[in-house]
Amino acid sequence: MTTAPAPGSATLTRDAAGERLSISGDWTLAHYPALQRRANELAGSIGAEVAVDIARLGAMDTSGAFVIAELLGSARTQQLAQHEDLPAARRALLKTVGDAIDAYCKGVKRKRDAGFVEALERIGRSLEGSWKQTAKLLAFIGITLQGFLATVWQPKRWRVTSLVSHIEQTGLDAVPILALLSFMVGAVVAFLGSTALASYGASIFTVDLIGFAFLREFGVLLTSILLAGRTASAFTAQIGSMKAREEIDAIRTLGLDPVELLVLPRVLALLIALPLLTFIAMIAGIVGGGVVCMAVLKMSPSMFLSMFQADISLTQFLVGIAKAPVFAFMIGVIGCMEGFKVSGSAQSVGEHTTSAVVQSIFVVILLDALAALFYMEMGW
Amino acid sequence: MSARETVIEVRGLVNRFGAQTVHENLDLDVYRGEIIGVVGGSGTGKSVLLRTIVGLVRPVAGEVRVFGEDLLSLPAEKRSLVERRFGVLFQSGALFSSLTVAENVALPLVEHAGLDRLDAQRLAGVKLALSGLPVDAGRKYPSQLSGGMIKRAALARALALDPEILFLDEPTAGLDPISAAAFDSLLVTLRDALGLTVFLVTHDLDTLYSTCDRVAVLSQRRVLAAAAIDEVARTDDAWVQAYFNGPRGRAATLAAHRGKD
Repeated sequence: MTTAPAPGSATLTRDAAGERLSISGDWTLAHYPALQRRANELAGSIGAEVAVDIARLGAMDTSGAFVIAELLGSARTQQLAQHEDLPAARRALLKTVGDAIDAYCKGVKRKRDAGFVEALERIGRSLEGSWKQTAKLLAFIGITLQGFLATVWQPKRWRVTSLVSHIEQTGLDAVPILALLSFMVGAVVAFLGSTALASYGASIFTVDLIGFAFLREFGVLLTSILLAGRTASAFTAQIGSMKAREEIDAIRTLGLDPVELLVLPRVLALLIALPLLTFIAMIAGIVGGGVVCMAVLKMSPSMFLSMFQADISLTQFLVGIAKAPVFAFMIGVIGCMEGFKVSGSAQSVGEHTTSAVVQSIFVVILLDALAALFYMEMGW
Repeated sequence: MSARETVIEVRGLVNRFGAQTVHENLDLDVYRGEIIGVVGGSGTGKSVLLRTIVGLVRPVAGEVRVFGEDLLSLPAEKRSLVERRFGVLFQSGALFSSLTVAENVALPLVEHAGLDRLDAQRLAGVKLALSGLPVDAGRKYPSQLSGGMIKRAALARALALDPEILFLDEPTAGLDPISAAAFDSLLVTLRDALGLTVFLVTHDLDTLYSTCDRVAVLSQRRVLAAAAIDEVARTDDAWVQAYFNGPRGRAATLAAHRGKD
């Protein structure tokens, strides 16, 4: 459209006739940074009575018009938009942008960065956030228990199909990976034990180490951490995407209870599956340790078993497996709760899924530590 | 008006998905500075035509030229240069949900125009104001906006790089009549102010009557007619007659004529 494309420029001249601002060249997005800089330089020195000469203006788009409008202010832009020299399209553009600037008020102001105060504010916010998070978790636990008590006496309201399908997904499907994982950890513990105990000539007690470790702690901990990663995230993603697509609202408007329909089957499935998986993990870990004992310590299977039977009481197993339902409940509840907290976007589903995994692993390890203290004091 | 510059030229376009042929030898010209409305029954390939022109769908045969360039045969770099000259508003807005509205609009400014973030955000604010959004909308996320505001924000993003052609896919679908009418008048204002060429896919008869210079009817896998709306409405075709002279069509005609008086 223009004969000689040249970057836009603005010059301010003062003579007897008064101030004169000449605008020429291309005022387009391509030259925006330069134009903005020039406008900032001129902004302070332009008087109220300036005459504007835009006869030599080249191309202009919204960005250029914005710079001009901002430089002149909205009132003078509107005056300029009435200018007879300009073609109609230019006038319309200036007028539209001038109007928009009015609506846009003062423009986007950069947020002031006050280092220390802002740091305090963020600490406060995150503290408040974690307190609210805890309160929400407790509330959700309450809702889940209430839903459970309301339905447990009415077998008609049990969601058996859903429950069985979730047991399959969270329990059965996790068996291979869990067994393999525990087997390998068991082998590693046995290696460590045999090496460390060898210097005392007590490498035979590797058997006890494996037994104590897996029955009391590792069996249930490995299972819980695996399920926190595998199942809590799945629960959050399932419920979260339902929430994002308004399916949860649909359930409510149909007069159904989302807790009863979605949360209870999942939590109950975990309550059943996790203890069973824990047992599998214990066995696999002990087998893994046993294999290493046989290979490294040249111990016969019957010797391994008889030592195991002599040294390790049933209490160890009970103490370990007792933690499984508690962990299962927490993992299930956190997974479901994060799902309900999803809002709108796909991004939100991802955020809450991450949060569910982190929270459930945190809670599992916290509770495990508390349980260890408790058992120690009780002398179990 | 005889020697108008053609900005989009579609010749002998064939689009086929599996056994279903959507377009067969479709021809269409779009001239600079006009608002062309594309109408047709559901499944006649209006959106597919739009996606073909902007280069998202590769046609089975035929030629699509935008600004005289065949997008699909251009090397990536040159293609990107052409693509910056048009803006697309998708049916559901397609705003990036992880960015705020202002960041959505600022994104092409930062990526293509090389502005720094602060400048881009300021310009984005102006584009949002141009599209008729309030100032505080810029800080919100797309999930916090209503349908009409999402359409406006998406329009602001489509306008970010001052495109020459604007592609709109059912911009007024799902809007209440007041917002839809406001969108129509915004479109005409922007076209007049920015000299845009607008390619508008729509079902909205009121939009057709109040904004479009020409209307192209897609039917039987080709463009049945492309002319001023009154002329198109007189076309002797069952579907066109049902569309323009059905109860809704008559109401829109009436409203349009009343508006002119």
